[in-house]
Amino acid sequence: MKNVDIRDISRRDQEPLALPQKNELKPLPAQLSSGEGPAFAPLSPQTVEKCECTLDGTCALNLPRPKSREEEEVLVRKFLTGIEKLFTKENNWTFLQPLLLTMEHCTRCQTCSDSCHLYEASGRNELYRPTFRSEILRRIYFKYVKDGGVLSRWQHGDIELNWPMVARLAELAYRCNLCRRCAQTCPIGADNGLVAHELRKVFSMEMGIAAKAIHDNGSMTQLKTGSSTGMSPAAVKDNVEFIDDEMSEKTGLEVHTPWDVVGAEYLVLHNAGEILAWPENPGAFAVILNAAGVSWTMSSELVGYDSINYGLWYDDAQFARVALKHMEAAKNLKVKKVLIGECGHAHKALSVIADRILMGELNIPRESALTVLRDIVVSGKLNLDPSRNDFPVTLHDPCNIVRLMGVVEPQREILRRIAPQFREMEPHGVNNYCCGGGSGFAIMSPNNFSDWRFEISGRKKLEQVLTAFGDCLDPSIPKYVCAPCSNCKGQMRDLFAYWDLWDKHKILYGGLVELIVNAMTDVKPGFLEWEWH
Amino acid sequence: MTALVFLIVYAGILIFLVGCIRRVLQYSRTPLHLRWELYPVSHEAPERVRHGGSYFEESEWWKKERRPNLAGELRFMIPEMLLLKGLWEFNRKLWYRSFPFHLGLYLLFGAAVLCGLGTILSGFVFGHPLLVVARCFAWGGLVLTTLGGAALFWRRLTDPELRNYTNLGDLVNVGAFALACALVILGSVVGDMVPLGAFARALLTFGFSIQLPAMVSAGLVLGSVIVAYIPYTHMAHFVAKYFTYHEVRWDDTPNNAKIAAKVAEYLTYRPTWLAPHIGADGLKTWADVVTTNPAVAPEVRK
Repeated sequence: MKNVDIRDISRRDQEPLALPQKNELKPLPAQLSSGEGPAFAPLSPQTVEKCECTLDGTCALNLPRPKSREEEEVLVRKFLTGIEKLFTKENNWTFLQPLLLTMEHCTRCQTCSDSCHLYEASGRNELYRPTFRSEILRRIYFKYVKDGGVLSRWQHGDIELNWPMVARLAELAYRCNLCRRCAQTCPIGADNGLVAHELRKVFSMEMGIAAKAIHDNGSMTQLKTGSSTGMSPAAVKDNVEFIDDEMSEKTGLEVHTPWDVVGAEYLVLHNAGEILAWPENPGAFAVILNAAGVSWTMSSELVGYDSINYGLWYDDAQFARVALKHMEAAKNLKVKKVLIGECGHAHKALSVIADRILMGELNIPRESALTVLRDIVVSGKLNLDPSRNDFPVTLHDPCNIVRLMGVVEPQREILRRIAPQFREMEPHGVNNYCCGGGSGFAIMSPNNFSDWRFEISGRKKLEQVLTAFGDCLDPSIPKYVCAPCSNCKGQMRDLFAYWDLWDKHKILYGGLVELIVNAMTDVKPGFLEWEWH
Repeated sequence: MTALVFLIVYAGILIFLVGCIRRVLQYSRTPLHLRWELYPVSHEAPERVRHGGSYFEESEWWKKERRPNLAGELRFMIPEMLLLKGLWEFNRKLWYRSFPFHLGLYLLFGAAVLCGLGTILSGFVFGHPLLVVARCFAWGGLVLTTLGGAALFWRRLTDPELRNYTNLGDLVNVGAFALACALVILGSVVGDMVPLGAFARALLTFGFSIQLPAMVSAGLVLGSVIVAYIPYTHMAHFVAKYFTYHEVRWDDTPNNAKIAAKVAEYLTYRPTWLAPHIGADGLKTWADVVTTNPAVAPEVRK
């Protein structure tokens, strides 16, 4: 592994600072082999020519190369004003205190490094060390924001601020899943995940630079059409009606999704990606809620039918706009509560992060679907036969729901009742590992970035899944990874396909509600379809 | 000479206290941030803190009374503060160096407090035993701080993993602690050091007439300089840790009238972010910005 010095971040040559090689990555369990050579396919010559991609051989942002030194200088100045704003209460009251604490008190002891799945999976690549990007921001902070002189440089180190550094730092902000596992181990309480989050904010909110999938095709599309999928209110209703029909046929029950019911107990917010990619998930929700006699509705108001909030990962303004729209939809329907479906970041966004900006009538209580489902399952309102789920099941803990929100046990209580062969991954619960798709990566696939996700960011989860099913990897035994989160499922779909886990080991992924419905005796047997999708 | 040493000691302590107060004020005056908690949260209900759960695990949690679990917080905080439990768990190699260093500092602090008490109570029966204990603390503290500081210094100097993250300042920080303590030890052993009780009395009563060995004086001066310097560096993490735990990691307080009032004020701030989709012009407030939809054309917005 090539050593990377912090000061290399400002290097002007076009060589990537580190090009991960397959033989450097953390070895996979015996049944999978990484082989030799670069960890992922090289970028196309056109991308290399036009875009800034001198970090690690992949490119998440497609940041165009400036045409002149003057243009570079303008961008660097803009970056610096953004950094300065990050440390003012007027621009960043939202996260100023935790950011200052992290900037000023990290002892750089590297205790956090071993907790990071990216650092471990990459074979301890210096670029992916949680403190690497923080150290760069810290040096910028002390030199430029605090106007540090010689004494400060002696104390905090120096950094050369130039365009190559800014461009590499922009990419580096997108080499962290924001899972905050590193923060959990910090003896001081410093938070390197927060640093990546705050850097993304500077790039988006000051410079207009963000990953296309989460900004242009994400939050902007959602604010324009109502959903990041592009589904209009009419389209979503059509699609859900189709799902109702499918589910009715499949279950033998009459499945109906209520729309815009004023005064309902719950407004149900699904990640709209489920409706298109995994329709059995919202369908299963409808089956369960109807069978349990819950008063619920969906909203056809703009944004009110798509729980996603990608602003959580990169932009406070976009985040707040979407959160407010979600709650306006709830307010307009006069519902008593909001139920958040199987989407991790939507859980954290609306329950935790948005909590303090929801004032007055918008502060309608939000509940996790996992908690509500646990109550339904435990109440005995559903007739459940666990033997219908008599195959190995393991549970993936979405970081946003578990480590960052503390919903740990409800999903386990359900699985212990409906899945006789349930086994945990190690570690699990609040000590879990990210799926590798967190912070938007699951929907980002420019250039060879997907390969980076499969080879590096998803590697630890891959290992965990294979280890959890270590006693039953034979492909004659169907196995199920329960991942109650839309983004995690997206990552698993792509990760498992890349490593061919379905054909080699018959490992399927899916949500929690599908398992519940599969166990319902009032439903025709075989709700779970054992086929790759 | 002693007068100068004592004046530097007094100044060091004073600058240290002022710096610590300044740090506390700096962080306590920053606006209340958005929630950013990290589980486990140790003041959660005992049945949940075991697995790291939160009140979100309960249905209709907002209708239930929240019972602060002070015992849970103490169960976490005491081993963390006294034994550096987190480091033991996540970085054992560093713990073997850092724990003696920190324990040494705690003992030195304890020795200073006991010396003060022992001197004040010297006319009473407790006075002498306190000074005996203080002497044990002082020697233990000096030895452990020297050894721990030297071990940390050596690690900073030689561990390739720390190469990118070590500046001259880091080496001086830990090195100075070790050197200051080593000088006091050496000066006390080879020099003609006054008894600890007499030294403490002189320090508390401005007794500049006592004679200190040169190495002890040098150690005290260096120690005072480093003590004064602590609050202005990352070494003030004993202050920061209160905020990182109580106000960030464990801050799970749901929105309430007090919080809403503060946030209402923040929403009147006028951001100046420049990206076009933010729509901040320095005149619009945060409330204006977040209630404007940048994806809708301006004419439609009107």
